[in-house]
Amino acid sequence: MSRQAALDQVEATSSVSSETLVRVEGCTKHFRRGSEEIRVLEKLDLEVPKGEFLALMGPSGSGKSTLLNLMGGLDRPTTGSITVAGERIDQLSRPKLAAWRARHVGFVFQFYNLLPVLNAERNIELPLLLTHLSRAERKKHVETALEIVGLSHRQKHYPGTLSGGEQQRVGIARGIVTDPTLLLADEPTGDLDRKTGDEILDLLQALNRDHGKTIIMVTHDPHAAARSTRTLYVNEGRLRAEPVE
Amino acid sequence: MKFLRLVGSNLKRKKIRTLLTLSSILVAFVLFGYLAAIRQALSQGVDVAGADRLVVRHKVSIIQFLPESYEADMERIEGVAEATHATWFGGIYQEPQNFFPQFPVKPEEYLAMYPEFLLPEDQKQAWLKSRTGAVVGRTTADRFEWKVGDKIPIQATIWTRSGGQRTWEFDLVGIYDGAEAGTDTTQFLFRHDYFDEARDMARGQIGWYYVRVEDPDKAAGVAAAIDNEFANSPAETKAETEGAFVQGFADQIGNIGAIIQAIVGAVFFTILLVAGNTMAQSVRERTGELAVLKAVGFTDAHVLGLVLTEAVTIAALGGFAGLGLSWFMISAGDPTGGLLPIFFLPRQDIVIGIVLVVVLGLLTGLLPALQAGRLRIADALRRL
Ligand SMILES: Nc1ncnc2c1ncn2[C@@H]1O[C@H](COP(=O)(O)OP(=O)(O)O)[C@@H](O)[C@H]1O
Ligand SMILES: [Mg+2]
Repeated sequence: MSRQAALDQVEATSSVSSETLVRVEGCTKHFRRGSEEIRVLEKLDLEVPKGEFLALMGPSGSGKSTLLNLMGGLDRPTTGSITVAGERIDQLSRPKLAAWRARHVGFVFQFYNLLPVLNAERNIELPLLLTHLSRAERKKHVETALEIVGLSHRQKHYPGTLSGGEQQRVGIARGIVTDPTLLLADEPTGDLDRKTGDEILDLLQALNRDHGKTIIMVTHDPHAAARSTRTLYVNEGRLRAEPVE
Repeated sequence: MKFLRLVGSNLKRKKIRTLLTLSSILVAFVLFGYLAAIRQALSQGVDVAGADRLVVRHKVSIIQFLPESYEADMERIEGVAEATHATWFGGIYQEPQNFFPQFPVKPEEYLAMYPEFLLPEDQKQAWLKSRTGAVVGRTTADRFEWKVGDKIPIQATIWTRSGGQRTWEFDLVGIYDGAEAGTDTTQFLFRHDYFDEARDMARGQIGWYYVRVEDPDKAAGVAAAIDNEFANSPAETKAETEGAFVQGFADQIGNIGAIIQAIVGAVFFTILLVAGNTMAQSVRERTGELAVLKAVGFTDAHVLGLVLTEAVTIAALGGFAGLGLSWFMISAGDPTGGLLPIFFLPRQDIVIGIVLVVVLGLLTGLLPALQAGRLRIADALRRL
């Protein structure tokens, strides 16, 4: 079965449930730059149901990445709470938070952020090093992830010898290899041409529909946002359902 | 193990840089090992000197002779177990640069005085039977590829034979080994009775005495008693422990040990800065990658450990290769061709070297590792 056929097949079965996976409540995030205080998010609320493919849009510098990082446990809110799958991640200690990330989130970055010294296979394996899986088990997981992103023939290639689209596929494979609760993507198509970007979006869409992955994607491209099941707009520290003109 | 592979991959990142760092550490440790052997060689006898042995020489200087008759006098002194003597021969084998020490001695007494000289019993018997017989240490025998049965001609520089003849010919009857790494196995020993009869001057005179005391704790008192015995005689003596005697020689060369230590210290300080800086730079370049590792779930401690392991691995690869190479070079033998007869890498310095390797690795990795551990993911990713 071709990937497109697979996509067509899952088209009908939208998997958004009523169960809330991510709950952001009254979240404020301020940064200090010298003596200046930058207020990025202001008492922001957000609920992401399990199985959703949420797109976050908004002008550059509006705080999209900041919000995404908070939900992925890469940073902590100044005030407010963040609950993911019933767990208050804003209250976890640094080591606990790291372990939580390893178990629950996959990240996909705009510039792929692969380790140049590792080949595709070993880049994808990285998050698995933190598990108790045996070498053989890790290899199986990596192969499955490679298959899902359609890159089995490139497993021994180093990032430098892969195209942008291929590197992003490796990035996505690394993001999903641990079968995380949540997949977070920060402008995953931002560095790709339209056609390659579309292929990556196809893949994310398939992961959402086919594999039931909850995905939150930051983008400033309406074309990309159109692939999501819901789009929200970050503006002046708040979320809106409609873009501000 | 799985993390070690990650460290290994990082070392291959900039091969030239890793290689240069490794080489500088390697050179430092070669220097460390080699200089340790030289320092050991210069202070040689001091470490291996028998605490129960005294050396008794002419009060004015070692090159002035003492009467052979003193031996019996000394053996009568309270606390003296036995006494024997040796004389500096200073001959040349083929060429002046083929230096090794040669002494006419009384075979049985000398071997008893130096139990650390291991001579097979049959060779000892052969020596006692042959007036022109000589024995030599393993190092010198190997150096000139001598075998038992060889005739060894030595040109006298001091001791011509009666009739002014310069060539002394000896029959090699034995080769002795050292009981310890520090034992001098360069000596060429021949019989004093043959020497005394054949030389054309200073018969009945010898170079210095070795005295074994009954109780090492009373060595100082016995030395004083010996000097007292010969006070106001034409040949006054100076008796001291073998350790003090050898130290006297070492002091004449100057405090080379301290100079060597200073050099090694300076080299290591430089290497510490060089390797530390390289490590810091390599971590700085990788800020984004380290942030990604943390994003996928590596803890601060994981990342700190990775960087530290990387630094220690570099130090270990360079350091152990360096120590190994120095050991190899040292086993090739005394670089001066005879001036440093006891040339080896002392075990104690090997241990210090290994400790230095680890300390160097930890020190060079510490700051970058702490920095990597503290790295904030969100900040680091923004800077990409
Ligand atoms: N770690 C930080 N330190 C200081 N300022 C930051 C930091 N992260 C984000 N900011 C500021 O917060 C604002 C929002 O940034 P970001 O979330 O990256 O925006 P977006 O992803 O929407 O373009 C920007 O003004 C940015 O400069
Ligand atoms: Mg952003």
